[in-house]
Amino acid sequence: MKYSIFSLARAALSGHKNWQRTWRDATPKDRYDVVIIGGGGHGLATAWFLASEYGIKNVAVLEKGWIGSGNAGRNTTIIRSNYGLPGNTGFYELSMKLWERMEQDLNYNSMVSQRGVINLYHSDAQRDAYARRGNTMRINGIDSELLDLAAVKKMMPFLNFDNARFPVQGGLLQRRGGTARHDAVVWGYAHAASELGVDIIQNCEVTGFVRDANGKVTGVETSRGRIGAGKVGMAVAGSSSRVASMAGLRLPIESHVLQAFVSEAIKPLIPNVITFGAGHFYVSQSDKGGLVFGGDIDGYNSYAQRGNMPVMEDVCEGGMALMPMIGRVRLLRQWGGIMDMSMDGSPIIDKTPVDGLYLNAGWCYGGFKATPGSGFVFAHLLARDESHAEAARFRLDRFRSGAVIDEKGQGAQPNLH
Amino acid sequence: MRITCPFCGERELGEFTYLGDAKPVRPVAGASEGEVFDYVYLRDNIAGVMSENWYHGGGCRAWLKVTRNTLTHEISAVEPAAGVGAAKVGA
Repeated sequence: MKYSIFSLARAALSGHKNWQRTWRDATPKDRYDVVIIGGGGHGLATAWFLASEYGIKNVAVLEKGWIGSGNAGRNTTIIRSNYGLPGNTGFYELSMKLWERMEQDLNYNSMVSQRGVINLYHSDAQRDAYARRGNTMRINGIDSELLDLAAVKKMMPFLNFDNARFPVQGGLLQRRGGTARHDAVVWGYAHAASELGVDIIQNCEVTGFVRDANGKVTGVETSRGRIGAGKVGMAVAGSSSRVASMAGLRLPIESHVLQAFVSEAIKPLIPNVITFGAGHFYVSQSDKGGLVFGGDIDGYNSYAQRGNMPVMEDVCEGGMALMPMIGRVRLLRQWGGIMDMSMDGSPIIDKTPVDGLYLNAGWCYGGFKATPGSGFVFAHLLARDESHAEAARFRLDRFRSGAVIDEKGQGAQPNLH
Repeated sequence: MRITCPFCGERELGEFTYLGDAKPVRPVAGASEGEVFDYVYLRDNIAGVMSENWYHGGGCRAWLKVTRNTLTHEISAVEPAAGVGAAKVGA
């Protein structure tokens, strides 16, 4: 199924009754060259890049529920590449460049909207830190602009500029940042991967690994039977420790719950993505009109996909401090997702000590923006057995060697990243 | 989630701060690099009942050992963590 103005016109003329399924809901074969565990954005992107860039088309994506039912469907849809540390800076820019061509690559409207991401600063010290980060980005060829107060007022006149304790002084703007439609990203990769022959297998939970006499992983046991595999890639952020434990691995990861919120729909108000630098609050407005926002993780280990009241209160306080006029807007929905909080706040894309098993994990609460980049470099690793240049620092052994990538400088305390 | 502090009674979650899994034990001085690496970085990340360290900063400021299910958030036991507080109540 190829989408175009003509397919749209044809479907319109027949009352939209003849749309074909956009991807195949496959039944498992006995064996694949590569089996990807996890039918989220990262897993499906990996499968698509394997098929399209690396010519490996005998690939299955196994999903225990339905595709996009985990964190791919639970995020706040923000995309950006405003990272400061070597390792992160280049990788997230690679991902941003892939966002910019995603719709053409996939022949699917993933609603990538480069509406700009602005991080507000509220003190001289924070301005200096953002100026430094902006300079790091520009040195690496990434767009960034340091805005003063007048420029911020012009762009977002609705912010509270009378906050005596945390006055808005300006912001660091990345105009190429923005949002994308999370479900359409999942379905876009599913659509394009399926077209190239990738099997997307739902309701198929991995229950164990099949190992040969040398310990090499040669397949997976699933709720739909045994499936053989040349290589197995894990892309199950949130549940990485649980799946890895089936192969006898312990990971430098804790699973934590992050909540997100959406308000009732209101008229167009917020033109971009705004982060409040004096607390932890980020907000954008969906195309339907709802304010989509979030803040900190709850801070305790959880696999429950739901959070608690103190963080809800904290997030709403952040929103009220930044834009008091949203106080009368009602909250429509609130939900939680399980984050792979790594020990330095950065992801892991690497081989594991188990032969044949590859790991894509530790995305903390920044996985959505990384979706295309993660898929690309993980496919590279699976196809070539060596790290992609832009992911060469996301090693599993960096915690042992000391080469950690700690953007926030918090140390090995996952709930503070 | 509400935590019943053995010193203060049942209090709301916002009064407490989480440290993490209570199982890792700080290696002795002179421990091998592998033992220190394991202590600092590796976690069981249990999906199920886990023993955890919490700090009651908004109340008695005691460290607590909380037994909690990470799948349901159900708390089955709260005890004083080993130390001065525990000694006071004879735990």
